[in-house]
Amino acid sequence: MDIMKFFGREDSSSKEVAKERLRLLLVHDRANVSPRFLEMIKGELIKVISDYMEIEENEMDVKLTKTKLGKRNTPVPALIANIPIKRMKHIARV
Amino acid sequence: MGEVIVITSGKGGVGKTTTTANIGTALALAGKKVVLVDTDIGLRNLDVVMGLENRIVYDLVDVVEGICRLKQALIRDKRIEGLYLLPAAQTKDKTAVSPEQMKGLCETLKEEFDYVLVDCPAGIEQGFKNAIAGADKAFIVTTPEVAAVRDADRIIGLLEATELYEPKLIINRIRADMVKRGDMMDIDDMIDILAIELLGVVPEDEKIVISTNKGEPAVYDPNSKAGQAYKNIARRIEGEEVPLMSLEVESGFMEKLKRFFGLRK
Ligand SMILES: Nc1ncnc2c1ncn2[C@@H]1O[C@H](COP(=O)(O)OP(=O)(O)OP(=O)(O)O)[C@@H](O)[C@H]1O
Ligand SMILES: [Mg+2]
Repeated sequence: MDIMKFFGREDSSSKEVAKERLRLLLVHDRANVSPRFLEMIKGELIKVISDYMEIEENEMDVKLTKTKLGKRNTPVPALIANIPIKRMKHIARV
Repeated sequence: MGEVIVITSGKGGVGKTTTTANIGTALALAGKKVVLVDTDIGLRNLDVVMGLENRIVYDLVDVVEGICRLKQALIRDKRIEGLYLLPAAQTKDKTAVSPEQMKGLCETLKEEFDYVLVDCPAGIEQGFKNAIAGADKAFIVTTPEVAAVRDADRIIGLLEATELYEPKLIINRIRADMVKRGDMMDIDDMIDILAIELLGVVPEDEKIVISTNKGEPAVYDPNSKAGQAYKNIARRIEGEEVPLMSLEVESGFMEKLKRFFGLRK
């Protein structure tokens, strides 16, 4: 038996998993954004960016998370796009 | 003029009916005039939890349709004075009542009663809309589970959209042993996520099952922790400041041991 587990260290506790899953769910629920809508945004992004660079579409990740805004640290949804670039196109250097 | 409070949750089976019965009974025990309204048309439960199922003659739909007078449909509780139940219809469906009719009914009831507690059905459809139509305040019941908290969040949004602001949270079925182990979200986690005011925390308690078997709300049982929690909630509704009761089950040796090993502050 894992001695740390025995003494109740909370690193891998299922509550942390639950909280993390909930946070993500609620970000989506509250922003009223469906996976289909995200796919749509992803498609549009690819269209625009492809003029300037060659990207790895399969590795591209577009998702909603949250961030803090303003002095009062109000949590707001944030769109994050992680787009691996394979090669810059010539036009980008103009 | 009394006040209409809807008890809602989104997710089914989290304890709305249990909560309505117990808070209502506790308020009546404190001398208030209370009516419990079951709006779960087609799936009525509140009568059974209250042990009043054999006394039903008329129901909410009969009142709305003018088949009987409101007074005729109100069932007197068999134990305390000042406590009444307006049962839901069992053989009709939710469309038998409209939000406007519910609103009118609540207006009439709150002239007569200090508290009108409305037991809301699960879901966000017509039954939910009917239940919240005449409400001045809302209590949201949730359990420490992902799906229940998610639905609670959805309900908070929907209530806001109908201008029912500042709902209060009741966390039901919490287990101190699991919280301690880190296998259940704790009170702070949930308040943090939902960002609404907490009204009370009700522990998981097998006495709830026993009391439901008997048709006698747990607030009558002096040994029921859940009953005690519901009594505290009733006092808070009355404006009293009552600290959260301790939900500790295990303490002492293990705690000391952990502190000794520096795993607890
Ligand atoms: N604190 C508790 N401890 C143990 N059991 C409980 C507790 N609260 C509720 N229960 C049990 O959970 C079940 C569901 O409770 P209840 O009927 O009050 O939920 P509900 O939200 O009204 O359900 P529905 O959405 O179907 O109307 C019941 O069997 C009840 O006895
Ligand atoms: Mg119910």
